Amino acid sequence: MALLEIKDLHVRVEDNEILHGLSLTVNEGEVHAIMGPNGSGKSTLSHVIAGKPDYEVTGGQILFNGEDLLAMQPDERAAKGVFLAFQYPVEIPGVATMTFLRTALNAQRKARGESELLTPAFLKKAYEVAARLNVPRDMLKRGVNVGFSGGEKKRNEILQMALFEPSLCILDEMDSGLDIDALRVAADGVNALRSPDRAMVVITHYQRLLNYVVPDFVHVMSKGRVVKSGGKELALELEASGYTQFEDAA
Amino acid sequence: MNVVVAKTETGRALSDAFAVARGRLPGTGQVADRRRQAFEAYERLGLPHRRIEEWKYTDLRTLMREAFSLAAEPDAAALERAGEAVRSHTIDGVRRLVLVDGVFAPNLSQTDGLGQGLRIRTLQEVLEDADSALQAQLFAPENSDAMVALNSAMATDGVVIEIADGAAPKEPLHVLHIASTATPAAMFTRSLLRLGNNAGVTLVESFVAADGVKAYQVHDSLIVSIGDGSRLDHVRLIEDGRDAFNISSAMVTLGAHAHFNFFNMTSGASVSRYQATIVCAGEGSRVETNGVNLLNGRQHADTTLLLDHAVPNCASREVFRAVVDDRAHSVFQGRIIVRPDAQKTDAKMMTRALLLSDEAEADNKPELEIFADDVTCGHGATTGALDESLLFYLRARGLSEKEAQALLIQAFVGEAIESIANDTLRDLAVSAAQRWLEARA
Repeated sequence: MALLEIKDLHVRVEDNEILHGLSLTVNEGEVHAIMGPNGSGKSTLSHVIAGKPDYEVTGGQILFNGEDLLAMQPDERAAKGVFLAFQYPVEIPGVATMTFLRTALNAQRKARGESELLTPAFLKKAYEVAARLNVPRDMLKRGVNVGFSGGEKKRNEILQMALFEPSLCILDEMDSGLDIDALRVAADGVNALRSPDRAMVVITHYQRLLNYVVPDFVHVMSKGRVVKSGGKELALELEASGYTQFEDAA
Repeated sequence: MNVVVAKTETGRALSDAFAVARGRLPGTGQVADRRRQAFEAYERLGLPHRRIEEWKYTDLRTLMREAFSLAAEPDAAALERAGEAVRSHTIDGVRRLVLVDGVFAPNLSQTDGLGQGLRIRTLQEVLEDADSALQAQLFAPENSDAMVALNSAMATDGVVIEIADGAAPKEPLHVLHIASTATPAAMFTRSLLRLGNNAGVTLVESFVAADGVKAYQVHDSLIVSIGDGSRLDHVRLIEDGRDAFNISSAMVTLGAHAHFNFFNMTSGASVSRYQATIVCAGEGSRVETNGVNLLNGRQHADTTLLLDHAVPNCASREVFRAVVDDRAHSVFQGRIIVRPDAQKTDAKMMTRALLLSDEAEADNKPELEIFADDVTCGHGATTGALDESLLFYLRARGLSEKEAQALLIQAFVGEAIESIANDTLRDLAVSAAQRWLEARA
């Protein structure tokens, strides 16, 4: 059984249909890249998988481990192992990063019927993960993403990914706003989390990121559906020829 | 304005209450005269209503359906109930001073070993004593506000605290108001805190009900003078029962280079109003006021502050946060006066309201009256719902809708709570906020 199975998905926002029959299958351990021009529906796809309100699914389905993902609340999806690394992680003034991480981790554990981690056990785990990702402790004491640089925000997303140990990671435009050094750090963090029982969907506009996070499969999206799929070499092809051919094809 | 005040039934009942209570009220001679004058002023003014600007959003003619008679002195059963309440509201490391149904309860209070420079008496003692200077200060408030006048007329007891020059008692003083009356009743209290020069203290006031106590009305007032170079940290927690009514007034005067750090949180009572007049009367004085309203059901809570910059070089900061759910109503009125002489005044006021339901209401009324030309004054007010993008981020991380809301609400009020200097008291405010959030979930 596939980890994630999207079948003929139609999604609209207000009066605009953004996804017109998108299908995608992702198995455990695989890394898929989704590429496409602006406005092709890449971010919409990531938001619909995570359960963001304001999107109306008018057709098709999303199965996660065979379960109907669209019937679940966003927090249920997180507890089941779906993680969206946001393109623009929000700032939450007044909520200390540590408090946020502990509350979130324990909410997920509780939903899965696991015992909540007590503070000492949580701190140990959080500091361990932070050290592994070179996240300074000072960052954990500040308000969630408040005053963080673009790179720090992305690192905070990866830290959460490492801490929550999801089975499906959706990385939405992870490279946006990052310089080459910050990108490398973030990519190293992601690569360290690749594992046979975890799948990743890497959404990006540029091929650059895929030099660092090398995908098993590449899909090209245009006008709300996947128009071409292939191996990692497809990304290089795109880099050379651009998206225009697919816009015409779609 | 020439308006004939039509007396409401509640207004009449309050007049009758004074006639009945008169014999029980402490003080004779000048004190009795001041009470009579105050009562006459109340009679003239009548219950405040919406056409009186200061009371625009809190119309007592409609909100105060009835006036209860003056609470009887607490009997053994009432003191027993109050004792239970003391046990559940004990704060570690503070000196407790308890008023039960508006009367000082020595056996529930800690008045031993006061140490040098700290004197605590009851209002009754002071009014029956010959200390005319203190009596004058106790009755200094003008009779221009009906509810302050009524309080001047009816105050039965309270706590009078004097802190000598240079003294700084380490233990915070906790004035705990407990309603313990078996039948609906009204309590009228007046307290005074007089800080000498270069002195300091932390004062906590909290309002609670003993178990099972339902309807009651609190009429409280506090008069504070902070001497030159002194600092007062003041924390108020309104956790009255959900059928209670609480009208409290404060008059605070700061000397030169004095510092007043104030925090108020209202989560209890059905109808409440806190009105404070804070006067920067000495150069270089500094005021920080922080307020939080946590309201749900059909609660109504009004905070009305008047900050009077009377002299140059003073600074004030006002921060107010309201969280309003269901059909509750939060009111913040902040008026800043900068007198002609008060050059180099630095006054800022920021109020924010969070509406958690479509029927919740928050009224913010900032008023700046500036008569000096070299000042920095500013105010801001926002009202809105919880940010959807923040809620989604938290939910995508596994928090339920209620958990996500609770975390954001805590953060919203956190900025005001952070202003409390004393760790124990800050934790107390945090847990009061948490209790409110848990009751909501």
